Amino acid sequence: MIRVNSTEVASKNQVPGSLTQVGVTMKYTFLDYLRSRRFFILLVIVLLISAILTIVVGYYRPASFLTSGLSFYSSWWGTSAVFLVALFGIFFGGDAISGEFQNRTGYFSLPHPIRRSSVYAGKWLAALLASSMILVVFTAITLGNGAYYFGMSVPYQFGESVLLAWFYLVAVLGFTFFFSSLFKSTSYSILVTAVLFLFAFNLIETLVANLVQIEPWFILTYGAQIIGSVLSTEYPAHTTTVRGFGPNGPTLTLYNATIPEGLAIIAAYFIVTAALGLILFERKEFT
Amino acid sequence: MTREFVGERGRLNEPSIQAVGLTKRYGSFTALDSLNLNVEGSKCVGFLGPNGAGKTTTLKLFTDLIRASSGEALVNGVNVHTRKKKALESVGTLIETPEIYPSLTPREALSMVAETRGVPAAERKKRIEDVVTEVRMDEWVDKRVGKFSKGMKQRINIAAALLSDPRIFLLDEPSTGLDPRGMSEVRDIVKSLKGKQRLIFMSSHLLSEVTDICDEVAMIDHGKLLVYDTLSNVTSRFSGGENIVEVGFLRPLDGGVNGRIASGVPGVTSAERVDDRTLRIRFNGGASTQERLLSNLVGMNLGVISYKPASSALEDVYLSLIKDTK
Repeated sequence: MIRVNSTEVASKNQVPGSLTQVGVTMKYTFLDYLRSRRFFILLVIVLLISAILTIVVGYYRPASFLTSGLSFYSSWWGTSAVFLVALFGIFFGGDAISGEFQNRTGYFSLPHPIRRSSVYAGKWLAALLASSMILVVFTAITLGNGAYYFGMSVPYQFGESVLLAWFYLVAVLGFTFFFSSLFKSTSYSILVTAVLFLFAFNLIETLVANLVQIEPWFILTYGAQIIGSVLSTEYPAHTTTVRGFGPNGPTLTLYNATIPEGLAIIAAYFIVTAALGLILFERKEFT
Repeated sequence: MTREFVGERGRLNEPSIQAVGLTKRYGSFTALDSLNLNVEGSKCVGFLGPNGAGKTTTLKLFTDLIRASSGEALVNGVNVHTRKKKALESVGTLIETPEIYPSLTPREALSMVAETRGVPAAERKKRIEDVVTEVRMDEWVDKRVGKFSKGMKQRINIAAALLSDPRIFLLDEPSTGLDPRGMSEVRDIVKSLKGKQRLIFMSSHLLSEVTDICDEVAMIDHGKLLVYDTLSNVTSRFSGGENIVEVGFLRPLDGGVNGRIASGVPGVTSAERVDDRTLRIRFNGGASTQERLLSNLVGMNLGVISYKPASSALEDVYLSLIKDTK
């Protein structure tokens, strides 16, 4: 009688490497995102913002938009892109990991020969891909309007800004995935990330800069300033001193992130939060 | 000639799962208390215990959904926590009632599992169709899961467990959410797996289900293993050496038949009437006595049409053991 190791007898299945499994998770999560209500809601928001801007610029012809090509892209893209990227993060990242616990999808996706890190990375990539698709739609509409008013010559700064917005998206998703790993409740994780990106970060940045008078280099949205700043005719000075209200008003220092500084903040946020999020997810239990 | 391969930890000739001092604590509450269990070979083991006994905790530890406070969960000798990919490569699981991404169809969800588990691309389509047919979800294979009932989702979850044709199955109350027909189909699926030389470790609240399909039972309460043995040993050991079978007859039985069986068949201690065509017979002895009993019953020309261990015997043991630990 010949008896062999069970794993040798086992089927012809060859469990793929972790990178391949990242791709598998990404593929099916992306498919799920693509058909989800949230994808369509975000698309509608982007189309709505684009429609409002198109109508306002076409009807009122504001000087801030139509002085030059650069001013057009600055006003159109510079003011909207940061907000939209934050929305993408909240919608796609807010419950990406907490949903595995609360919605019990983790019981379907995890008890397999797959590392949790592969599931985490696959879901993150799917969120990045879905967000990037909507960002591309907004970019295309921006370019279409820009071409209508200023022809096909697009200032190179717009390309830079799009690239920086995409880097920011990478960091925002890293951050929202981290918060999503912190909680098991989808509503908590979505609420916390929404409050942070839509209010708290801006509030802290303002308080720190104006009251404490230090550069808010530790705030992600401060780093994201570079998305709009690169679209200025002249890149804003790193610090500007202004006098406050009244003849004896206090002197205030305004801070603007430089491009290397902004990139460093974005990169640091991504690296730190991605690592922490991954560690949390690895350790979290399905109780 | 016998040739044995020594694997990760000792012999790995047969599919096996082992709990070695497996303990899980949540603060001061001990959900699982130094569980030592070694299940090896092709068989079906029913894992029984009341709510909160530690059944699901054990299965979650064996699938790395939670971490052990101490001890090890081993599959084929491989530690599930430290080498999850290796340990679970030949394990099909169904833990709690998983939800599937709602926008996916069963075909897509099962493709995800197949690709994750490395089912060869050339076989994927056929395997998916086979398992979907096995759980009778053919008509729904391309509909989105979001609209499915709990029972339909559970069928897809069972299909996912079967998909990679693993050697070991860890099933946590697989009949949950299913209608009586679905429950019966699950029993048939598990029985067919037994025929394919698989190890099935299955928690259940349904003693009749365990009696029907399992060869062995493990009982747990308050996180402690109370007993692990073959079904017949457990029932005989804890019921004073008595076994119980339920015998079905083609024709209504006459009034004196139970007396004739009780006095005339060696080993039989009593025969009670369940209804006019069913008798519950208690007897002392093991498999050979059972064989003799059946042979005698057939010889009496009473029209025996069914013969199975009574689930009430297991129920008696279960109630007595669980009560004893309160």
